Amino acid sequence: MTVPREIELRVNGRRIRGVVEPRLLLSDFLRHEADLTGTHVGCEHGVCGACTVLLDGEAVRSCLLLAVQADGREVTTVEGLGTPEALHPLQQAFRDEHGLQCGFCTGGILMTLVPFLERCPDPTEDEVRHALSGNLCRCTGYQNIVDATLRGARALRGEEE
Amino acid sequence: MSTRTFGRRVPRNEDPRLLTGQALFVDDVHLQGMAHVAFVRSPYAHARILSVDLEAAREVPGVVSVVTADDLGDYWQPGPLLVPPPPIAGCVFHPRTQVPLARDKVRHVGEAVVAIVAESRYVAEDAAELVFVDYDPLPAVVDLEAALEPDAARLHDDLESNLAAHVVQRKGDWEQARTDAHAVIHRRLIYDRGTAAAMENRGIVAHWDPRGQKLTLWDTTQAPIPIRNGVAAMLGLSENQVRVIAPFIGGGFGPKIMMFYPEEMVIPWLSVQLGRPVKWIEDRQENFYATTQERGQIHEAEMALTEDGHILGVRDVFLHDSGAYDPYGLTVPINSQCTLLGLYDVPAYESEFRAVFTSKPIVTPYRGAGRQHGVFVMERLLDAAARELGIDRAEIRRRNLLSPDAFPHDHEIIYQDFTPLTYDSGNYEPILDLALETIGYERFVSEEQPAARAEGRHLGIGVVGYVEGTGIGPYEGARVQVETSGRVSVVTGVGTQGQGHMTSFAQVVAEQLGVEVTDVAVVTGDTDQFHWGAGTFASRGAVVAGNAIHAAAVGVREKVLRLAAEELEASADDLELVAGTVRVRGVPDSAIPLGELAARANPMRGAVEPGTEPGLESTDYFGPERGATAAGVHAMVVEVDAETFQVKILRYVVIHDCGTVINPMILDGQIHGGVAQGIGNAFYEQLVFDEDGQLMNASLMDYLLPTALDVPRIETGHLETPSPLNPLGVKGAGEAGAIPTGALFAQAVEDALGDPAFEIREIPLSPKRLWELWGEWRE
Ligand code: FES
Ligand code: FES
Repeated sequence: MTVPREIELRVNGRRIRGVVEPRLLLSDFLRHEADLTGTHVGCEHGVCGACTVLLDGEAVRSCLLLAVQADGREVTTVEGLGTPEALHPLQQAFRDEHGLQCGFCTGGILMTLVPFLERCPDPTEDEVRHALSGNLCRCTGYQNIVDATLRGARALRGEEE
Repeated sequence: MSTRTFGRRVPRNEDPRLLTGQALFVDDVHLQGMAHVAFVRSPYAHARILSVDLEAAREVPGVVSVVTADDLGDYWQPGPLLVPPPPIAGCVFHPRTQVPLARDKVRHVGEAVVAIVAESRYVAEDAAELVFVDYDPLPAVVDLEAALEPDAARLHDDLESNLAAHVVQRKGDWEQARTDAHAVIHRRLIYDRGTAAAMENRGIVAHWDPRGQKLTLWDTTQAPIPIRNGVAAMLGLSENQVRVIAPFIGGGFGPKIMMFYPEEMVIPWLSVQLGRPVKWIEDRQENFYATTQERGQIHEAEMALTEDGHILGVRDVFLHDSGAYDPYGLTVPINSQCTLLGLYDVPAYESEFRAVFTSKPIVTPYRGAGRQHGVFVMERLLDAAARELGIDRAEIRRRNLLSPDAFPHDHEIIYQDFTPLTYDSGNYEPILDLALETIGYERFVSEEQPAARAEGRHLGIGVVGYVEGTGIGPYEGARVQVETSGRVSVVTGVGTQGQGHMTSFAQVVAEQLGVEVTDVAVVTGDTDQFHWGAGTFASRGAVVAGNAIHAAAVGVREKVLRLAAEELEASADDLELVAGTVRVRGVPDSAIPLGELAARANPMRGAVEPGTEPGLESTDYFGPERGATAAGVHAMVVEVDAETFQVKILRYVVIHDCGTVINPMILDGQIHGGVAQGIGNAFYEQLVFDEDGQLMNASLMDYLLPTALDVPRIETGHLETPSPLNPLGVKGAGEAGAIPTGALFAQAVEDALGDPAFEIREIPLSPKRLWELWGEWRE
């Protein structure tokens, strides 16, 4: 086994230090060391997207990264978006449109959509479906996720419902 | 202010926590001193275990314990038979249940042989790599028909063959029907295996507290109470020493109710032995081997009809793949047998099945639970009959629908809940009409399809019907209490896996007590809160638990009225519950907040009179005498690319009748999700086993789940024929979306390809499989 390494990163704006084995997955680091269990693990082989977080603002799969690769960088997880009392507009749209059932995929989907909507603030349904195509949801059939995304985009653009 | 919440799109109470990553799932449980488990699993489908060498694994730093079947001592027992066979005359059933860790023999790839406990999962897996198990491989039992040949390898040495069960059920006189028929259709139809693939894999955390002498279990189960009772019995603890918590569950769909998964037997034992918390979280690959699966059946079916397309009788003989063990009894094949009859009047029915042991993962119900197989057979026979008799597909269905005055309708065979299969209520023709109208059947057939064909496009339409037996017993219970804050708490035994119970159950209570839905806090799946009940299966949450909650809420309402009548010196008949208060009708000044009334009902001085109880609380139960039958019609328009055989769904319509609707938003979500799984089942997903019983596509890379690009927008419509079997009039809806999709796909794709002689007789399909079938047929 290899020697543990010290890493330091910012997660949701908070500085976090850790001594980790080089093989430790970023997803495991976030969930078990940083206690941010909103990042979920559905496959650990990069297909389901449940583990999606932002690394320096870009959506990445934290199960395909090692914690040491995040050293010195900025990570945002779903906990960094909003709180139960003050939901992020996209989270609110998911609630309004029933865009989640079991909610296991939801954090990863939100973290995929946040940078997508920054790049593409007024997407078509087709663009939304393409943006979502790397995230698996087994409960919703996607339709309400698509509608929630379109609604969230409107809210983020400042359009009233 | 109106307090009616039924039928409204009430947003979900559970969402804020789920959306912000605050909801607790099993893998989020982290305890001081927790150890982690990895399992060594069989690489063979069928083999004798000659020896196990654990030396190297034990020496890995950080390994706490390494355990085999022998180490479990007397604790090693085959799991219980979860569902005994129904009382059907002549039924043969050989129960063989899974074991905590394999001893002597393994019977499917992925069967657990050794458990390794270590300080971290990483170390446990390192050590698992170092375990050497010496196997003597035996021939795998994969093919259902070959499994019953006399020379087939036997999975359970003490049985004479791989036959797990044999059941015959009949009504009417099939032979006579056959003799009287103008036409008899005969088809061989195949429905192959898939997996539920909930996004959350399974997991268990067990925490034995030696000082408190109490075991707490967090488990991704759909049935926390039976798990608690079983674990207590296995470990020799009393039931109140065991607390099982099924927190937020990341999708269930059936396989998360097994009782007991081997891991559910091993992990609690390890925690008690080691005196520390122990955690095991299934990884995705294990999920493909160690979580139960569903669906392998082969049917030989016949239908006898009159010249004008009326069904005289159906005979169906089928094989059902049980997998290596059959702890769930005959639930799935009985569902297939019973659901086959569908929306139709079938005077004579003869159905015979053999369940077969194979060296593949265990088969237990997965959303639909055998119903889609029956629907596939019936609907395919009707399609073939329509073609042979020259009758329109929708018309032949219409001619055979049960008429509204046929209810309750006794089919004279036994259902999975052991009662005679009886449809409680229904009105099917309006469902069919609305589906045809919504999808524009007439216009499609007469104009759109020919026009598309003229352009060289292959468009097709499908229309199929189904029933869903839902909400079976035995019972569920609930306790409803008004707290002094005015908030209402509800506890019930069922677990929740995304169905929105925390909202729909809150609506049931709000309806009775006149409070806001957001003021009702529902706790599900914690046996310390409520410990009577069975679990979430067979689309029974809303029906059985919903009605138990309703009964308890009615009890609280009565207490409120009685007490308020005294306080307000008014007749209870003149009172109303509005906006969290009780008051004399139309006299807002008289209003007493419910919280205040709750405080008065629990006095610090004075006596609670004999025969009364303190507080505004009530506990009640509901057990339906039998299941409620929901029904529906799905219709779809597809376009098939005649070169690549890719299928694009252009329209998808679901018209459904599940009785009274509590929350249409949640109901639609259930339908959408079911259809998505049905589409996966029909066109993307298939577990492919080779002749050695090896699963060839055990990853989400190779086993394709539908994505946002594959599932179309689904148009839903609801009719409401309330169930007379429960006060709320509800029927279950959890499986409706998934049941008819395979049959629908087959019909619509055939129609698109446009050659009346080309038939699809199997599910799942894929572009490749369609291309092969088309090629074979062309030859
Ligand atoms: S857990 Fe990372 S993609 Fe599935
Ligand atoms: S909501 Fe359950 S997986 Fe998406």
